[in-house]
Amino acid sequence: MREPRWLPLARWIGLGFLGLFTLIPLYVMVSSSIKPLQDVQNGFSWIPTTISLRPFADIWKTIPLARYFGNSLIVASIASVLSVTVAIFAAYAVSRYRFPGRRVFTVTVLSTQMFPGILFLLPLFMIFVNVGNATGLELYGSRTGLIITYLTFSLPFSIWMLVGYFDSIPKALDEAAKVDGNGPLGALFRVVIPAAIPGIVAVTIYAFMTAWGEVLFASVMTDDSTRTLAVGLRGYATENDVYWNQVMAASLVVSVPVVIGFLLLQRYLVQGLTAGAVK
Amino acid sequence: MVARTTPHQDERRDATLAGGGPPPPGRRGLRSRLAGRIPFGLRRLSVPYLLIIPAIALELLIHVIPMLVGVGMSFLRLTQFFIRNWSAAPFVGLSNYQVAVDFDSAVGSSLLHSFTITVAFTALSVGLSWLFGTVGAVLMQGAFRGRGFLRTFFLVPYALPVYAGVITWSFMFQRDTGMVNHVLVDQLHLLGDRPFWLIGGNSFAAVVIVCVWRSWPFAFLILMAGLQNIDNDYYEASAIDGASWWRQFRSITLPMLRPVNQVLVLVLFLWTFNDFNTPYVLFGKAAPQQADLISVHIYQSSFITWNFGSGSAMSVLLLLFLLAVTVVYLVATSRRRSDA
Amino acid sequence: MRIRKIGYVAVAGALLAAAAACGGGDTGGTASGGGTTDSGAAKTLTYWASNQGTSLDNDKQVLQPELDKFEKQTGIKVNLEVVPWADLLNRILAATTSGKGPDVLNIGNTWSASLQATGAFLPFDDKLLTDLGGKDRFLGPSLAATGAAGKPPTAVPIYGMTYGLFYNKKMFKEAGIDKPPATWDELVADGKKLTHGKQWGLAVEGASVSENSHHAFIFGQQHGSDLFDASGKPQFDSPQQVAAIKQYLDLMAVDKIVNPSNAEYSNGTEAVNDFVNGKAAMLMWQSIASQLKAANLGDDYYGLAPIPLPAPGSGGKQVNGMVAGINLAVFNFTKNRDGALKFVKFMTSAEEQQILNKTYGSLPTVQDAYNDPAFQTPTIKAFQDILAKTAAPLPQVPEESQFETLVGTAMNQLWADAASGKPITDESVKAKLTQANQQVQPGS
Repeated sequence: MREPRWLPLARWIGLGFLGLFTLIPLYVMVSSSIKPLQDVQNGFSWIPTTISLRPFADIWKTIPLARYFGNSLIVASIASVLSVTVAIFAAYAVSRYRFPGRRVFTVTVLSTQMFPGILFLLPLFMIFVNVGNATGLELYGSRTGLIITYLTFSLPFSIWMLVGYFDSIPKALDEAAKVDGNGPLGALFRVVIPAAIPGIVAVTIYAFMTAWGEVLFASVMTDDSTRTLAVGLRGYATENDVYWNQVMAASLVVSVPVVIGFLLLQRYLVQGLTAGAVK
Repeated sequence: MVARTTPHQDERRDATLAGGGPPPPGRRGLRSRLAGRIPFGLRRLSVPYLLIIPAIALELLIHVIPMLVGVGMSFLRLTQFFIRNWSAAPFVGLSNYQVAVDFDSAVGSSLLHSFTITVAFTALSVGLSWLFGTVGAVLMQGAFRGRGFLRTFFLVPYALPVYAGVITWSFMFQRDTGMVNHVLVDQLHLLGDRPFWLIGGNSFAAVVIVCVWRSWPFAFLILMAGLQNIDNDYYEASAIDGASWWRQFRSITLPMLRPVNQVLVLVLFLWTFNDFNTPYVLFGKAAPQQADLISVHIYQSSFITWNFGSGSAMSVLLLLFLLAVTVVYLVATSRRRSDA
Repeated sequence: MRIRKIGYVAVAGALLAAAAACGGGDTGGTASGGGTTDSGAAKTLTYWASNQGTSLDNDKQVLQPELDKFEKQTGIKVNLEVVPWADLLNRILAATTSGKGPDVLNIGNTWSASLQATGAFLPFDDKLLTDLGGKDRFLGPSLAATGAAGKPPTAVPIYGMTYGLFYNKKMFKEAGIDKPPATWDELVADGKKLTHGKQWGLAVEGASVSENSHHAFIFGQQHGSDLFDASGKPQFDSPQQVAAIKQYLDLMAVDKIVNPSNAEYSNGTEAVNDFVNGKAAMLMWQSIASQLKAANLGDDYYGLAPIPLPAPGSGGKQVNGMVAGINLAVFNFTKNRDGALKFVKFMTSAEEQQILNKTYGSLPTVQDAYNDPAFQTPTIKAFQDILAKTAAPLPQVPEESQFETLVGTAMNQLWADAASGKPITDESVKAKLTQANQQVQPGS
């Protein structure tokens, strides 16, 4: 594309604005996390007058942060992997087969995106309890229940993105694989999945983030031993005081691994979206 | 849109093909034996159904059945008196709906108020997120120093846990000790009086800002991917015709992004409209009237007081609205791919 | 055509499944059992404690030794979970709905009547109360906040509390005031003297729904307002209640002794912080013992006086405190009823009452616990006096939780108006309260 002379200036202004908008809360988070509570409560200052690393030690004592973090990691990882697995099969069917009900299926699945969580929270809870009573499989209060819930939250958009991605992979490739003697699953595993890795990674990240941040269902469906970060972090707001510096420190600590992982994989994310969702 | 794959992917595919080779003979034997038993047509037909069964089962269990139960609840007077034994809850027909849509009553009028606020909030948030995303993605085109870093950096708000990001904003919006007033009042002297951000009229602006901060990176990501998909040939051809940057943007970039935007805007719309996490974390249990978003409003008017029949009726109305908007939107922007 | 048929089949199937789920829901609700303990039911209990200490962890440290003691005495192991306040009501909802939850749990005493209506909790009839030492052993006001009048209590009180007026002794001295205000006129006059620079006369938690509703009740009592009439119908917008709430708001809007910033204080800690950190001279609050302790502040820093009463003959009630506190309830579905009752007995024993209330800075709810010198301090004695003589419980009706939510939220908005300089008039207050009143949905 030919760049007009004003573009660098526009770029400087536009990206500068977006950069500041993104940066400021992150800066506040970092700077508040190294201030003593007294300083945080007494009014904002850009540069901390006293630097204290105590919040980073205290965060582990005020709430069982490590456990919440572990729960969140387990729930979000398993939910995202399962979600993508289920989505791959479904997307493959939708992309490669013309079958009666195909359209009903895609439309129904996508339309679940518009269900207000508040509408099905209580019924879902009841179903979990009843399934638990009937089968002995404890869904309520367990990570399993949360995993199943979250994996369906990301399923619709994942299926839809993967359909787009699979569509972009020429059918001739899996036909060729079938000629080689592969069945439908063989073609999926030997041809389509390897070719769709960027899309699959993108969808996995999306599914992970969906499970990582959910608040409403987690607050009803977990107990102390299975509580996730999204609701557990509220523990820094105690009856006594809101430990702002610890909230920030803990947010930072739990975000760093996720952000790093996210950033390492974001190359795939862009690539995956490029060929998938956006077609 | 032009189907274009990156060379990288092509290499990958070739490698897979080359390495694939014929399958082990044993498995083929099993398959042909199976094929012998199941009629060919049925087998062929059943494959896609088998593939979508897990997805259907999960969607039924987690979304569809609970939603239908929720619809059922909306016809009951399900209060704390009956929550232990739903079968005893009196069937009240449409009366929960009548209360909710009686805009002369306090319940109905506050629901309508909340709905109006939410529509405005959604329109502004989605609009700004889309605008920021587009500006960011378009300006990121072309090579310049720090491009890779910025692209990564812009995605951080999306990667942050919701609670962490939003609670930081609520801290920044505090009147006496927040960063926003520190800048506006103490440093820039733009305002004489310290404004409130978490209560009163400004709270609407506050929740929009936070929502945009969280969701524009997603728009940015999708649009950036969309832009990469536009064949450079188009720009080159129009450059030969002497088209200006602005003209290229309007006649190539925007039209080529149309399918991307269609889905992006819809998805942002649905997410933003139903967003519970942002207002709940930002304001706590009781949102200010001027930022009384519908998800928290329903939560407050039904969940906290255990009046689930009424809350379900309100949610069903919300669902019907979203359904209508989505259908109209999709028809108006006519999506072709699923028919292809 | 085929597609459509499949669609119908799918919808029909979903409906059938939904019907089955509904049926399941019903049986789940009426199922007789389902406690948390399967094997060795008599040997274990699950107990949900509310967050009373400085953190969830702190609560565990406080409670665990006592639970160990209980296990030694009875052989029953108690599994403790401290549930944050933000989650407690939702968790109780989940347990009530499903019949799966703890055997014993803490509830906020203002929830008593609402939770009683569910029928999910073991009523403490006279026989059970006799086992605990009899009705008369408990503080009358605390026992009055355990459910609807005329019904057996749905829970028993374990931590007692009420409201008092904390004042900063040093600031009072600096302003030349030698004793805490005894009337509202004095409080306003003192407040004006104490308000200067960055210091304010009084701190309030203006965006806290529960604090607002508690004060709406206390001020309402002083104006002779009844929130619910004899038949249980809400009357939040009675002229008396309007006057009451206006009087409270005027402390900021007219008298200017409350920092407008207080209007956004929402998490129940900020007003206390202002008092503890010397930003405000007075505070109408429950116990702030742990915050004072955390800041190393002793009796020389602060004093506690009763909140002023209305002038006698003004038509109001001589009430200046709400019966606050925590009750202990037993779920009906417990499989270890005897163990649960043993635990209730243990928690209401004089010894445990002394140990726990001492730690949490709250008041024992049984008479025989007060002989401990720890409860003879000026602060505790002042609180005890208020609770015994001039405190009243919130209305014990199932719609109480709606009162707290609706009126508390309406007051959030009124505080916001007051803070932004909008005039607070009888009409504006009444309009908000009428709206709140109309939103009450009768439970039964």
